Amino acid sequence: MTKVLVVDDSNSIRDMVSFTLKSAGYETAEAKDGQDGLNKAKSTAFDLVISDVNMPIMDGIELCQELRKLPNFKFTPILMLTTESSGDMKMRGKAAGATGWLVKPFNPEKLLATIKRVVR
Amino acid sequence: MSVDLSQFIPSFLEESFEGLELMESSLLNLEQGDDETINSIFRAAHSIKGGAGTFGFNGVTEFTHLVETLLDEMRDGRRNIEQNDIEILLESVDCMRLLIEAIRDETECDSNKITETSMLLEHTLALDNSVPANANENSVSTSASDSDDALSKWQITFIPEHHLVQTGNDPLFLFNALADLGELILDANCKELPALNDIDAEELYISWQLTLSSKASEAEIREVFEWVADECQLVITKEETIDELASIEPEATGDSSKEAIINGQVESTAEQHVSSAISADKNSSPPPSEKTANKAKNDLGSIRVGVDKVDSLINLVGELVITQSMLSELGNNFDLSKVEKLNAGLEELLQNTKELQESVMRIRMLPISFAFNRFPRLVHDLSKKTGKEIELILKGEQTELDKTVMEQIGDPLVHLVRNAVDHGIEPAEVRIAAGKSPKGTITLNAFHQGGNIVIEINDDGGGINRQAVFDKALEKGIVDASTTLTDTQIFDLLFEPGFSTAKELSDISGRGVGMDVVKKNIQSLGGRIQVESETGVGSTFRINLPLTLAILDGQLVKVGSETYIIPLITIVESLQPQKDLINRVSGDMVLYRLREDNVPVIPIYSLFNIASEFKDIESSLLVVVEADGQKIGLMVDDLLAQQQVVIKSLNDNYQQVEGISGATILGDGSVAMILDVSGIILMAHKKSELDQKHKKNMHFTPTQQISEGANV
Repeated sequence: MTKVLVVDDSNSIRDMVSFTLKSAGYETAEAKDGQDGLNKAKSTAFDLVISDVNMPIMDGIELCQELRKLPNFKFTPILMLTTESSGDMKMRGKAAGATGWLVKPFNPEKLLATIKRVVR
Repeated sequence: MSVDLSQFIPSFLEESFEGLELMESSLLNLEQGDDETINSIFRAAHSIKGGAGTFGFNGVTEFTHLVETLLDEMRDGRRNIEQNDIEILLESVDCMRLLIEAIRDETECDSNKITETSMLLEHTLALDNSVPANANENSVSTSASDSDDALSKWQITFIPEHHLVQTGNDPLFLFNALADLGELILDANCKELPALNDIDAEELYISWQLTLSSKASEAEIREVFEWVADECQLVITKEETIDELASIEPEATGDSSKEAIINGQVESTAEQHVSSAISADKNSSPPPSEKTANKAKNDLGSIRVGVDKVDSLINLVGELVITQSMLSELGNNFDLSKVEKLNAGLEELLQNTKELQESVMRIRMLPISFAFNRFPRLVHDLSKKTGKEIELILKGEQTELDKTVMEQIGDPLVHLVRNAVDHGIEPAEVRIAAGKSPKGTITLNAFHQGGNIVIEINDDGGGINRQAVFDKALEKGIVDASTTLTDTQIFDLLFEPGFSTAKELSDISGRGVGMDVVKKNIQSLGGRIQVESETGVGSTFRINLPLTLAILDGQLVKVGSETYIIPLITIVESLQPQKDLINRVSGDMVLYRLREDNVPVIPIYSLFNIASEFKDIESSLLVVVEADGQKIGLMVDDLLAQQQVVIKSLNDNYQQVEGISGATILGDGSVAMILDVSGIILMAHKKSELDQKHKKNMHFTPTQQISEGANV
């Protein structure tokens, strides 16, 4: 089963992303900020990480950089969930090793269709 | 597939309100260069915007976008944090709250205020052509799904850079996504593949020529490659339109006939389509409309509980299960030698139940900061309005209180704080003249005391002017000129209905809620309020509240064959009446001399018209109770145990009955009524008035009780 780590400091967004993924048959784990996400990633392997950018403690960009340092996460798709659709944001994400980005407002159908570009 | 997210609306709303509170309190504490605070304010706005966008609450999204833009400029250091900006942001928080409350309550909100504040924000941002970014995103949705009904053949040349896979992208999945758009034929070019020994497993050497037969537009195809656009060469050409009859979106055809290599600039077009629902999925549900919000109505009755509380609950249940299995084991082959074990088991069960009860109650407990956190803003605004400089100190914010009590104590607290600002704290000149600091201080303090929670509202103002209060009461006809009153009695006058000083009509305190309502609200929560005041030093309003409304410490009493429960908090003392202290006055009114007080005696048997063992006060017991500053003696046959009882509403199951506040179920399964002491005092008053009118004894018959009760 495809396992997805959902990282977002907003409970409702996290719940919704997670719910959407579960309803499509993915297995999910949740983290409330970058540090929490990194800790979870260190103990479990994931097939996909979906992370918010702007979070307390550790933001999504830093999480991405840290994840890429882990051997397990070298090729794991990491998608940044962001409302900031500026090119600058995307470049920063890319530079940190992100696979792609999902632009909020979050739309469940869109999410499911889009992640097919990186996972089964 | 379609996913219904409307179930998440309540949690979004709840989270948004929390976010707004955080924004407000952070704004009040914001100082120049405080990056973390400004960041957290930005994050809260950002989350609200994101969530609102998901549910299609466009009003919130558009408004919040402006707020976010302003915050973003502050965060980046492009804008200095001016007091004026903070005021605008505070206004904006109010607007966002209005907008979100309107969603929750399914009402329209005051659009004037919103428009005004948005204009203010736009003005501040100096947005000449202010089009909120999200305003048009949702409206694009038609183009992609309706556009190309014609099947076209696309030639796609895809030459990825060698390191493409290192960011987690995999061409295979991209091709899968393309295949979702139509029929895909792949042709791999392996010319660049090095000899086996030279192959780096982490590099990609293959390029592809793809042929796609699809109704999709070029933008949709480009969208699939969105994330790899910078890491590949991509050429997309439209070979032919298979079905020329159908109309084709003009924009798309314009570009599609010529080759284009994706670069950063194309992203803006791609992006519009990103937001345009799911292109291939015709079943996609319409964007959540206001209708879905209907479900959210009144649905905020949830509590967020810390994991530790839930864990302790689970532990306790675990222990309960162990005790239960031990007891049933004992019961299987029981003989007298095991009595001791049985007792120990029952003792444990008692302990478990008690702890379980406490844990469950703790779940309903929230730190009082939930009620306190609105005050910094309130005091900030009031201080601006009155021109008084005021510091607010909050203490004991972590003191926990039942959620229901919390919700109902909010308004009385607001009233008391408003009063403290308006009447308590003196203007700066007066303070300086009195040798005080020009800055006034209001302290809100909460702490536990016994089984109660105490909330104190203290100000270091001029104190309550006893003479002014007395004169006012005289004018209102509440007291006689001849009466001498103690301080406590004078302060109690403040809570008399209709008592308000002229100054109180200012728009600060004059909100149509008097101190009498404050007192009534506190009493309806089973609490009481006291005042202390010292001239020139300040005043303290002290509120005592029970920790919870669901459980009550009660004294069980017996009258005839009935058991009644008297709330322990109301009991002053219980005693065996002494003959020489009993005074019979007119009618069958009996007074009992309790030290300096004459306490009216109310026989419960006659109040509820039931049979009792003793009709004579000398052989009965007297429970002296106090409510609303009045003492009465309740005449009962016997005192039974003291225990905690779970309050069941009589209204829900039967109807309200005068003198009874609720019922409970006792250990033996029988139902016992909980006495409403204030109600009984009121009944006694009515009764003595009636007695005087008719100059004869009258008992309350059951029919009378019910009809009167129904009017209450």
